[in-house]
Amino acid sequence: MTESTIPSTRRGVPLWAQIIVWAFLVGLLALVAMGLSRRQQGTVQPGHVIDNFTLPLYSGYEWNGKSEVQFKDLRGKVVVINFWASWCKPCEEEAAALQQAWEEYAPSGQVIFLGVDYVDTEPEARVYLKKFGITYPNGPDLRTRISQYFRTKGVPETYFVDKEGVLRYVQVGPFTSIQQIRDQIDPLLGE
Amino acid sequence: MLKNFLRLTPYAIITALLATLLYTTFTFAQEPTPSDDEVNKIAKQLYCPVCESTPLDACPTEACRQWRELIRTMLAEGKSEEEIIQYFVDTYGARASAEPPNRLAAYLIPTVAILLGVLLLVRGFQMWLKPPITKVAAGEREAKPTPEDPYIARLEEELQKRK
Repeated sequence: MTESTIPSTRRGVPLWAQIIVWAFLVGLLALVAMGLSRRQQGTVQPGHVIDNFTLPLYSGYEWNGKSEVQFKDLRGKVVVINFWASWCKPCEEEAAALQQAWEEYAPSGQVIFLGVDYVDTEPEARVYLKKFGITYPNGPDLRTRISQYFRTKGVPETYFVDKEGVLRYVQVGPFTSIQQIRDQIDPLLGE
Repeated sequence: MLKNFLRLTPYAIITALLATLLYTTFTFAQEPTPSDDEVNKIAKQLYCPVCESTPLDACPTEACRQWRELIRTMLAEGKSEEEIIQYFVDTYGARASAEPPNRLAAYLIPTVAILLGVLLLVRGFQMWLKPPITKVAAGEREAKPTPEDPYIARLEEELQKRK
């Protein structure tokens, strides 16, 4: 058999390199897709069982003498979680209604309100709380862990969780009346 | 008596003007302590909590104004730059800082990716410029070119004779 050599007509990147390039591209696309999907997901939806989280509380706004509240300790109560900030003007529109609702439901011991202060500074937060006479437990959303869990899109946002820890309603934007708050709490109390 | 007093009037006016000038000079020269420059030096290293990709020193929102005031307060309390930035990271999360949280991974991964890309490009260009020699009908012996040019054939013949 004769031997001969000819220049190869195949030109290109070796297979191992092609695999790396494609793997990198697929990984990158997956990452972008995950990011986009997370953005379009919106807030946590009703029906979702809320996992435990810890909210440190501002001094003067403790709950049962504790400086932090564990969500799991609230099982058996209707929980109203309100995300707010002192720099948020729409939050001011609902602040009085929320406090009024808290004063209505607090004596029963079946409802608890939690104010989650989103990316705020404590001095301004305290001024805000004092200005609207807010007395229910309030604390900062440290490292934005709670808002990230709820996938909040802004402030104000309010989440109503039933006695079993299941999210039942999400209010995006401010409440315009106390009746709107009652409309969400009363059916949950009757269950 | 009155005449002597009136003679002093221009001096009194000049003294009053000078005093006013000195007062206003001091008023305008005063800056809040610490100064905006000192606050912004730290604010540059932080990002707005509300708007995306906006450095704190350039952000006009109320939230950013509050953050800058907090920096000023902390500076006045004697906190260092590192302590202030760490406070913001601890309170608001790593996204508040301009520095990535995992520096090694943040700098190493892009560097490795770029080097790998350059390597692939160089390899690709090399292959385009010098196509590899592929053996066809390979036998046991080493392949030899078959001279087709009569001049090369004769040259080969002459070389064989000289051996």
